[in-house]
Amino acid sequence: MTESLIGIFLTAIFIENFVLNQILGLCPFIGVSGRTESAVGMGISVTFVMVMAGVATWAVQNLILVPYSLEYLQTVSFILIIAALVQFVEMVIKKLAPALYKALGVFLPLITTNCAVLGVALINVKRNYGLLESAINALGGGLGFLLALVIMSGIRERLAISEVPVVMRGAPIAFITAGLLATAFMGLSGLI
Amino acid sequence: MNIIIAALFLGILGLISGIVLSFASKKFEVKVDPKIEQVMQYIPSANCGGCGYPGCAALAEAIVNNGASISLCVAISKRNADAINKIMGIEKEAKSDDPLARKAALIRCQGLDTDEYKNFEYAGVKDCQAAVLVQNGPWKCPHRCLGLGSCVAACPFDALKMGPNNLPVVDEAKCVACGKCVVACPKQIIELVPQVKTVHVLCVSNDTAKDTVKMCKVGCIGCGICKKNCPADAIVIENNLAKINYEKCIDCGKCVEVCPRKSIIKEALPDI
Repeated sequence: MTESLIGIFLTAIFIENFVLNQILGLCPFIGVSGRTESAVGMGISVTFVMVMAGVATWAVQNLILVPYSLEYLQTVSFILIIAALVQFVEMVIKKLAPALYKALGVFLPLITTNCAVLGVALINVKRNYGLLESAINALGGGLGFLLALVIMSGIRERLAISEVPVVMRGAPIAFITAGLLATAFMGLSGLI
Repeated sequence: MNIIIAALFLGILGLISGIVLSFASKKFEVKVDPKIEQVMQYIPSANCGGCGYPGCAALAEAIVNNGASISLCVAISKRNADAINKIMGIEKEAKSDDPLARKAALIRCQGLDTDEYKNFEYAGVKDCQAAVLVQNGPWKCPHRCLGLGSCVAACPFDALKMGPNNLPVVDEAKCVACGKCVVACPKQIIELVPQVKTVHVLCVSNDTAKDTVKMCKVGCIGCGICKKNCPADAIVIENNLAKINYEKCIDCGKCVEVCPRKSIIKEALPDI
């Protein structure tokens, strides 16, 4: 049991990295990876929301959708749940932990539309994960997202002071970097 | 039938989320002083950090909650500062009208970009902080502007750009003297000086005359001719370097004429 959980966790981080392997959540990956500081903020926010969403969508799926055979409403109800959840979490954090709220800042509401969060919920369902497995998978997915973002932001900070050909400056060189990074991550597929 | 169940289910789900959220927004409400938003309307929002707070929003909060003064803000216009004081119910004048108080950055180097005064050719990262780590930069003169534009990158007001001889040029109309470039320069050759004064010593070299002559064509050697010729007694020589006391200086330009090294310049009066 424990072994399979560790397997799910490591797979979610390295082998099936949401950004670099499954190509999900590319918008924040390119948009927020300019500086390491904001990349860490975004990564932690996503991890946080992913775990919450993983648990909540598992509950909705197994307590409501499956018993009443409404599985075809999966996607739309998950989006609704995630959006409401993010709003709720934002309010709670703003009240209870103002420091954390300031650190996460604008990233929290942005996550509402992050497809990686919906992705983790749908993958959990597809693989018939239980509650604990869902949570572990979501945690790993979030940490993998954080890892990809931090690596990317480090490279981009260095790129900012490098001599890049004029036509490649900005987004083009960022996409090439992302491609190379994804290729490098493929090397981790033999890990488990 | 299916469509009714689907609509019903989503409707109920939405209703429940809505109710929970509306209750949560009441329960977890955080009261924000409306004054903060009013103050924010008048603050420049350039987030330069010149006030010492981590951004304009933080300063606005400090003004409202902790009684910080708007005079900390270097970029704000007098009219907006007065408006903020009015919101806070403070009567006193926000900013003094002393012309010497209005400052701008000054690049105190006018070295020529010739190989003659270089030790080696620097080909690394285009960043002054990085270049200074390599044997204190490529120039023979230890005070020479590295010309890689760290100050230009640091300026949040777009008031600096690279000019001739790889030296930065200040646009005094845009400069608000926030001091970001002063901190960004590893050679510490940028100073904030009164905008209305036009005569400046463009050198910071404390080296002896003998060394300075070897390393630069226009470096101050501390000969003291400017001091002798100054009618206002505004120049002092400290550590082989002429220094202008801007409070005494009358902008006559006599020192510019007599300087044998052309280290002192008279700039055209900025159009402000």
